[in-house]
Amino acid sequence: MTTTGDVQAPSARTTPGGPRQRRRSSGVGRVSAPVALLWLTPAILLIVGVVVFPAIMLFRASRSEYSITGLYKGAAGWDNYTKVLSYPDLPVVLKNTVVWVVAVVAITIVLSLALAQLLVKDFPGRRFVRWAVIVPWAASLVITSQLFVLLYDDNYGLVNHVLLKLHVISTPISFLGDDRFTMASMVVVGVFVSLPFTIFVFIAGLNAIPDDVMEAAEVDGASPWQRWRQITFPLLRPAMLIATVLNTIYVFNSFPIIYTLNDRNPGFGHDTLITFMYKLAFKSQEKDVGMSAATGIINVAIILVVVLVYLKLVNWREETSR
Amino acid sequence: MTKVRRPRLVAFTAAVVGLVFLAPYLVMVLDSFRTSTDVKTTPPSFLPRVWQFDTYLTVVTDGRFPHWLLTSLIVSLGATAVVIVVAIPAAFMTARHRFPGRGAFLLVVLITQMFAPTSLVVGLYRQFFELNMINTYGALIITNAAFNLAFAIWILHGFFSSIPLEVEEAAALDGVGRVGMLRRIMLPLTLPGLVTAVIFTFIAAWNEYVVALTLMIDDDKKPLTVGFRSYVTGYEQNWDQLFAASVIAVVPVVILFALIEKHLVGGLTAGSVK
Repeated sequence: MTTTGDVQAPSARTTPGGPRQRRRSSGVGRVSAPVALLWLTPAILLIVGVVVFPAIMLFRASRSEYSITGLYKGAAGWDNYTKVLSYPDLPVVLKNTVVWVVAVVAITIVLSLALAQLLVKDFPGRRFVRWAVIVPWAASLVITSQLFVLLYDDNYGLVNHVLLKLHVISTPISFLGDDRFTMASMVVVGVFVSLPFTIFVFIAGLNAIPDDVMEAAEVDGASPWQRWRQITFPLLRPAMLIATVLNTIYVFNSFPIIYTLNDRNPGFGHDTLITFMYKLAFKSQEKDVGMSAATGIINVAIILVVVLVYLKLVNWREETSR
Repeated sequence: MTKVRRPRLVAFTAAVVGLVFLAPYLVMVLDSFRTSTDVKTTPPSFLPRVWQFDTYLTVVTDGRFPHWLLTSLIVSLGATAVVIVVAIPAAFMTARHRFPGRGAFLLVVLITQMFAPTSLVVGLYRQFFELNMINTYGALIITNAAFNLAFAIWILHGFFSSIPLEVEEAAALDGVGRVGMLRRIMLPLTLPGLVTAVIFTFIAAWNEYVVALTLMIDDDKKPLTVGFRSYVTGYEQNWDQLFAASVIAVVPVVILFALIEKHLVGGLTAGSVK
């Protein structure tokens, strides 16, 4: 018997709802809070030991006033938040963040679905193609970003060189300097490095679909589209959940791509919240650690809301609590 | 899974896909054979104008590179080990048991993943400075472990949940305790999940940059990602060395992946149990 992940669609089980019912009534697995705590202690210690203190520091910094050289000058209440929220460039930064996250996550998910379907097929040389697909993930993001800065360059970049040779364009495009192209050029890199992770999540999800289900549908005369829509897609939901949630968090917090590719442009015209946050503290005329920290907190709050809404939409609780 | 109707077409399309993914890195490999000034010339050329093969030797024998490679290996392997040891009991407990605060725990774990490392570096520096742990592998290992714990717990949680209750009941009837259950029954059944968590944590730690940049100040203690910075600075621009070092840095990850790929696939969201 083949069983599937914790967030698997109920229809995937041989007896829909069965295991869930039995699990509820069974005595196995009910433990008291202290016993559970014992098993969770290492994880809690690690999180408290590493993440909690810096997170508290971040929050405290967001409510403090700092000099331009980073010296603490006293409590500031919610001033930093008001300053960030009324900052003239904030609307542009928020718009960029939305475009960046939605474009990268959506394009990545759609392309990964198609590519994963291709890479689960049995063909000669499949292993090598899979190794090739892993490379953008295995390479350092900083280096990949640097590499794309060179590729995109309007003087010595190969992208322009090829487009010119093919007569697609007549003059070189400044992919990273021209406002019309900057965000799109960054999204291409974002998608490129996000694809491997998502493709492999989907390959695993596709492999988890029992062959007999597909064969039965084929015997019943279901068209390829019907089979995909009614069997593959619903059964991919757990993979989709993991891929979307983690990708969204990573892409929200993605720093090197935007920071490196957007390096030469002044102001905040192409920044997302993360690079905006960094520049507030270190690069802009503000040099304000407090405002930067407030932006960091606002960023976490936004991600939290987005992820919670998503989990609510896909009924995460119902699917995990068995 | 499904039978392939046109194997040649599929193989050809897949080969093109593979090439697209490799293309920028093939440019990187070619750049590593150029002279540093050839990397930025107008018009660009696909092949190096002069092939320079000794860059790799220069990089490897430079005295700093072996230290950086060692740090990267120690930190990535250490963080991976910590994540596995810490995530297994937590995932097993949340997946196979019910207790008050279970859902809350899983959510809090996910929230820790939402803090951008960039926003936490100031606090991390303060914390490890007070603990006298700046420039130590330990600091970087536990930080990387903490940042990747959420992923490992969520993935392993999925695998543990997928094991049929009957397996557990049968073992319980035979008098197997909770630890024995985990060690002898659950872990062997969730090997693909473990492998998945291993490769994800390893890659994340291998490529981590911001925290290492902040905590590792000694040149000898830097990992590769941070060490790379010294090839191209305001004073010297050794693009050839930067790209040669980057090519070398990808190799351990691809080897690791090649070794465990067959366990990874089939296991990201589901553990197959016969």
